[in-house]
Amino acid sequence: MSAAWASVLAVGAGTVVLKALGPVAVGGRTLPPRLVSLLSMLAPALLAALVVTEAFASGRRLAIDARLAGVAAGALAVALRAPLWAVVLAGAAATAAARHFL
Amino acid sequence: MRRGLRAAAPLLPAAFVFGASFGVLARAAQMGAAAAVVFSATTFAGSAQVAAVSVLGAGGGVAAAVAAALLLNARYAPIGITVAEAFRGRFLRRLAEAQLVVDESWALSGGGTPRFDRRVLLGVGASLWVAWTGGTAVGAVAGGAIDPGSFGLDGAFAALFLALLAGQLRGRRAAAAAAGGAAIAAALTPFLPAGLPIIAATAAALVGWRRP
Repeated sequence: MSAAWASVLAVGAGTVVLKALGPVAVGGRTLPPRLVSLLSMLAPALLAALVVTEAFASGRRLAIDARLAGVAAGALAVALRAPLWAVVLAGAAATAAARHFL
Repeated sequence: MRRGLRAAAPLLPAAFVFGASFGVLARAAQMGAAAAVVFSATTFAGSAQVAAVSVLGAGGGVAAAVAAALLLNARYAPIGITVAEAFRGRFLRRLAEAQLVVDESWALSGGGTPRFDRRVLLGVGASLWVAWTGGTAVGAVAGGAIDPGSFGLDGAFAALFLALLAGQLRGRRAAAAAAGGAAIAAALTPFLPAGLPIIAATAAALVGWRRP
């Protein structure tokens, strides 16, 4: 088997298990309210971490580059209550423009 | 499902173009078109797939490529647990539906909040899967030069996560969890392999342990 196929199958199988862990192992049972409260805080914590890594992580370095323009444009669009597609478009356009002109 | 489709509509072109660029990158890293499409269909997680392909392309070997990709996907364990309660029925059905959990489908369906709607998650996830896998097929077969950087797609995804985060910021505890998560991810990025800082950021959710 080639390295590519071995990687594809191993990552595919591992991801199927990771995604199923919650819905298959925990699904159908109710959780204690305190645990639900804790789990509801996972959303903002994870999304904020994803913003930081998508915007600033470059391998193991934190880098300020064209993506910052995309995040700034996205933040402005969010503040103006723009629809999601406009936020995405603003982020892409600003990143591409900053990369092209700076 | 229909509400999920509507919610996903603005993301589909980006998912398709990102999928196509992944297909191009995979071919450049000596991965065959069939392997690239099977990768998107089974793993269905862009950052992990791009990470695996880049490690392979740099000669990093199968073990390093698999480890990098699974570390990036380890966040799906806590993410899956936030929505686990809504999944009912037979083992195989839950197993199949769980595969439609991706960051965007989870966030758009109110994952981790009392408003969570499983059908929205399935609608968003299924339509994103079609766009992502279809885009990969087009990119892998055509092999044209689609550079995610010159289209600004990397910055677009950061902006997207920011918009999704804004929808989650209700109350001071959510803001504290977000600030904590961002700080942890930023602080640990220089010291840990990609993916781990995001997992570590879940520690910020401990602000939810105390009753309001």
